[in-house]
Amino acid sequence: MTTRIDRRFAALKDEGRAALVTFTMAGDPDYHCALAILKALPQAGADVIELGMPFTDPMADGPAIQAAGLRALHAGQNMEKTLGLVREFRAGDAATPLVLMGYYNPIYIYGVERFLADAKSAGVDGLIVVDLPPEEDAELCLPALKAGLNFIRLATPTTDDKRLPVVLKNTSGFVYYVSITGITGAAAPDTSKVAEAVKRIKRHTELPVCVGFGVRTAEHARAIAQGADGIVVGSALVEAVRKSLGADGRHTPATVAAVADLVRTLAAGVRGARHSAVRAARARNP
Amino acid sequence: MTVLQLNSFRAGPDEHGHFGIYGGRFVAETLMPLILELEKAYGQAKIDPEFQKEMDRYLTHYVGRPSPLYFAERLTAYCGGAKIYLKREELNHTGAHKVNNVLGQILLARRTGKKRIIAETGAGMHGVATATLCARFGLECIVYMGSVDVERQKANVFRMNMLGAKVVPVESGSKTLKDAMNEALRDWVTNVESTYYCIGTIAGPHPYPMMVRDFQSIIGRETREQMLAAEGRLPDSLIACIGGGSNAMGLFHPFLDERQIEIFGVEAAGRGLDSGMHAASIAGGRPGVLHGNRTYLLMNADGQINEAHSISAGLDYPGIGPEHAWLGDVGRVTFLSATDDEALDAFQLLSRLEGIIPALEPAHAIAKVLDLAPQRPKDHLMVVNLSGRGDKDLATVAHHLESKAR
Repeated sequence: MTTRIDRRFAALKDEGRAALVTFTMAGDPDYHCALAILKALPQAGADVIELGMPFTDPMADGPAIQAAGLRALHAGQNMEKTLGLVREFRAGDAATPLVLMGYYNPIYIYGVERFLADAKSAGVDGLIVVDLPPEEDAELCLPALKAGLNFIRLATPTTDDKRLPVVLKNTSGFVYYVSITGITGAAAPDTSKVAEAVKRIKRHTELPVCVGFGVRTAEHARAIAQGADGIVVGSALVEAVRKSLGADGRHTPATVAAVADLVRTLAAGVRGARHSAVRAARARNP
Repeated sequence: MTVLQLNSFRAGPDEHGHFGIYGGRFVAETLMPLILELEKAYGQAKIDPEFQKEMDRYLTHYVGRPSPLYFAERLTAYCGGAKIYLKREELNHTGAHKVNNVLGQILLARRTGKKRIIAETGAGMHGVATATLCARFGLECIVYMGSVDVERQKANVFRMNMLGAKVVPVESGSKTLKDAMNEALRDWVTNVESTYYCIGTIAGPHPYPMMVRDFQSIIGRETREQMLAAEGRLPDSLIACIGGGSNAMGLFHPFLDERQIEIFGVEAAGRGLDSGMHAASIAGGRPGVLHGNRTYLLMNADGQINEAHSISAGLDYPGIGPEHAWLGDVGRVTFLSATDDEALDAFQLLSRLEGIIPALEPAHAIAKVLDLAPQRPKDHLMVVNLSGRGDKDLATVAHHLESKAR
């Protein structure tokens, strides 16, 4: 069964370039502005969209994404509205894969079966749930796969060769490589180490490998995109949201543009990696 | 609820860390290899006589165990019913039961070669115990503490600093124990290779709830022997306060299969269960997933975690250990709750009747003793876990009494 995610990565492979995966928070800074941001992302160069489901206690997130979640919750965001955002986005875009990312409790409380049915019908393609390791696959991963959703797993620097097969077993869509041991938005990763790790993961799987945590500039994106199938940018985008807000904490006319402009710059970085990679390949095989 | 006909209430958790539907390992992938390694290391230590010998030596000569089981004669006379015994965990080195668990975990951390220890703390007693043992063994110690708790437990912050620990005030969320735990988890994810996370209660991902319970069970094992020596028989009822629930589980666990023994856990009802300002996760919560385990949590309809409220920083947590959640569901433990005001009254009463100033946490248990003991016959033997001493709470109590007087 091929999914929207599979098709998108296959198309990018044909193009010979890596994907730009963007993370923004559902409902940040409010529902309507978040929807406008979502709609602007594909045109600005996002190839895959990750949409955060806000949670009060995000234990793997740094201050930027913590604050984005709280802004969304204070603006009244909840799971129904998050699925509503997806539905509205999907009405105008049938091609861009959309992945929901977050923590398990809001899904558990919404009800796993109900969540999977509603997410599927809203147009969600995959799930990333930070606090569900393979040891808890029976909770959501297996039902999600059965419902036809991709379940994207995080692999980390602590996931060694012995454990990788356990992590990859029920993973589909792509593998999200967490480039550092740490929380989102922390120190920048060492690009050579990341390249090595991606190679290591690729020895275990045919799935595309995207790299995230700590990627914030176009240069960074370009460097990492040389060896990976995609790069994920999150904290830098939600920071762009925060910096664009008015003194009252509400969105301004500049908010959507602030995010779209940064995505455009990052997309140029990712696409630049293709050119240098292609140039390098041509130099090797003239 | 009817008590299920189980062969034993002491068999849990299963190999996946589940007590019924509760417990589990809901953590980020970065931590999973570490948690599996810890489970293995603990499994080996548990059956290693050398480890046990080392534990026993420090428990005797450093912690000061066994702690007395003291017949509270004047409290008994005041209540006019059950014969009340206090298990004097407040007499341990560092002033609470917390040290029993920390000793075990620090010895385990040493076995696994970790030199940097992190901990979360609410009232500061777990932080002080961790700082103490890190000083004793020359380990680096970082304690995460909500900034609200830093403010209301200044004396303990000073103690931790004196012991060489670094106290990091946590400004995120509600700025109390739950946020300190989030921040400790974030530190652990970041410094996973060098760091041991010393969790203070029977919560978190497997194997923590089991491991902390095992280390705390010395409370109940001693109580058993001491009661047999004093009265020639086992107690009729046990009662303890519950935040995460480690002091309670330590007392209860060795007695769970003596089904004739009544067991009561006392949650913090804050300003009242109907006020929304409480920390009673069994009475006012429902099952959810947080901090690595499934258990009863205080949350809203969307699964967002609510802030807890209690006058006692040590009970100010929106969850409860998963084994308690299960024991409540199967009907083996009865959960009660005591309000801030009831705890304050009990705090003063015990101070004046017995010359023992309890911590605000066990004052919640004493408050329910005042309800339960008068309804029981004079030959009923009731044990209360006096889990900590009240020095740390004097400023809080003074403040509340002053504002009440006004």
